[in-house]
Amino acid sequence: MVDGLIAKSLNEALEALDNKEYQIVAGGTDMLIQNRSHSGMNIDYKKDVLYINLIDELDFIKVDEKNLYIGANTRLETILESKLVPQILRDVVIEMASPGIRHTATLAGNIGNASPAGDSLVVLYLLDCELEIKSLTKTRKVLLKDFITGVRKIALNKNELITKLIIPKINLTDCYFHKVGPRLSDAISKLSFACGYSVENSIIKDLRVAFGAVYVTVVRSREVEGKFIGQSVNDLKANLDDIINAYEPLIKPIDDQRSNRVYRKNVAINLLREFIENIKED
Amino acid sequence: MPKIEFKLNDKLVTVHSTANRRLLDVLREDFNLTGPKEGCGEGECGACAVLLNHKIVNSCCTPLANVDGQEIVTIEGFSKTKRYQIIKDAFAEMGGVQCGFCTPGMVIATESLLNKNPHPNDEEIRIALSGNLCRCTGYNMIIKSIQKAAKDGDGIW
Ligand SMILES: Cc1cc2nc3c(=O)[nH]c(=O)nc-3n(C[C@H](O)[C@H](O)[C@H](O)COP(=O)(O)OP(=O)(O)OC[C@H]3O[C@@H](n4cnc5c(N)ncnc54)[C@H](O)[C@@H]3O)c2cc1C
Ligand code: FES
Ligand code: FES
Repeated sequence: MVDGLIAKSLNEALEALDNKEYQIVAGGTDMLIQNRSHSGMNIDYKKDVLYINLIDELDFIKVDEKNLYIGANTRLETILESKLVPQILRDVVIEMASPGIRHTATLAGNIGNASPAGDSLVVLYLLDCELEIKSLTKTRKVLLKDFITGVRKIALNKNELITKLIIPKINLTDCYFHKVGPRLSDAISKLSFACGYSVENSIIKDLRVAFGAVYVTVVRSREVEGKFIGQSVNDLKANLDDIINAYEPLIKPIDDQRSNRVYRKNVAINLLREFIENIKED
Repeated sequence: MPKIEFKLNDKLVTVHSTANRRLLDVLREDFNLTGPKEGCGEGECGACAVLLNHKIVNSCCTPLANVDGQEIVTIEGFSKTKRYQIIKDAFAEMGGVQCGFCTPGMVIATESLLNKNPHPNDEEIRIALSGNLCRCTGYNMIIKSIQKAAKDGDGIW
């Protein structure tokens, strides 16, 4: 039978991870379902489990001049209620699950799960989220886009833990998130979309677009964005077809039980078109 | 064997077992608390809802480990309170209960909401119930029940 260790301090968790390999569990809202067995039976974990949800020092929301910092254990509901958190991130969290799940689930868990349909990921990519990762002897930082390497694949060593999310403060004229799915609270997205821009003197200063559930990881292309930043709002709108053509090859959704690829692709393109058409002059 | 201690319905309890169990199984099997029910077993229906530190959680997706040193209240414990009486009467009067399977979860969701927000509007009530499924009432009667509970219980939340 596998063991379960409950860590109450960060040091305790890092020491445990330094000694042997564990399955990390935070809120457990993904892990319990994925390792479910029959009612009344132990959860069917394949290796020893390290429980981190009760490490209070990883439960915080802080800001300084440059960034917002969200502790790995901060519950989704706390994020939803915090005025320090940008509205677009709260808009995504309110569409994740229901209060009962949000009272224990975490963003680090959504990231660690690395599902292409993970809702927060689209917005976190859009906001250039970075992660702080710790082991007993080392602290490193990594961009979320480099941390998630594929479907359920993350660049985390066996002795490491995500300790916080670092979200740079940015000034966008407008940004929003859109989730396409059947029942708001418990639906896994068929597709999700996040976008934002800023305009100064009719010139596009910043332009960001991210798509979820259209590829193995979230799709965001700095290269495509860069081609259109610096154009006037009017030129950008006149170039709508070019923008769509630039994103087309990046959007490679799959067929699954939730939706099919033709639908997903059409909706993704339509959301992109709507975003560009609605960009306003300042 | 690890030892997990927590407050359950106002009493300190100890569970001597692996931490790798669902809170739902521990409540039903070790403590014979059958108010929390297994509907879907995957976080979607709310039939298993309990209060963890006064907030609703789904006990089918809560590891026993995560309640170590915390406070759990099930419908059995909550039913001894004045708040429960008000919610119960409101549900009875407004037709918020039919078969009753979802009711313990609905009552827990109501308490979790009113504890944080004693005067919720319709939208806030709907969000608070978004993790609780009911196959009988069509929800409108439950929403009316909660509005009534908030009104009748004015000042106690
Ligand atoms: C009913 C229901 C509805 C849901 N609805 C949605 C939804 O709408 N949108 C959505 O995106 N998701 C949804 N989910 C999935 C899930 O709730 C989220 O992914 C949640 O954010 C997971 O957080 P957690 O803390 O519970 O993760 P856990 O299950 O504890 O962990 C998930 C993974 O992350 C890893 N991990 C967690 N914390 C760390 C850390 N600090 N360092 C390293 N690794 C870590 C774990 O090892 C594990 O691999 C839903 C789940 C349920 C049961
Ligand atoms: S049994 Fe827990 S939510 Fe359905
Ligand atoms: S009263 Fe029957 S499920 Fe709600």
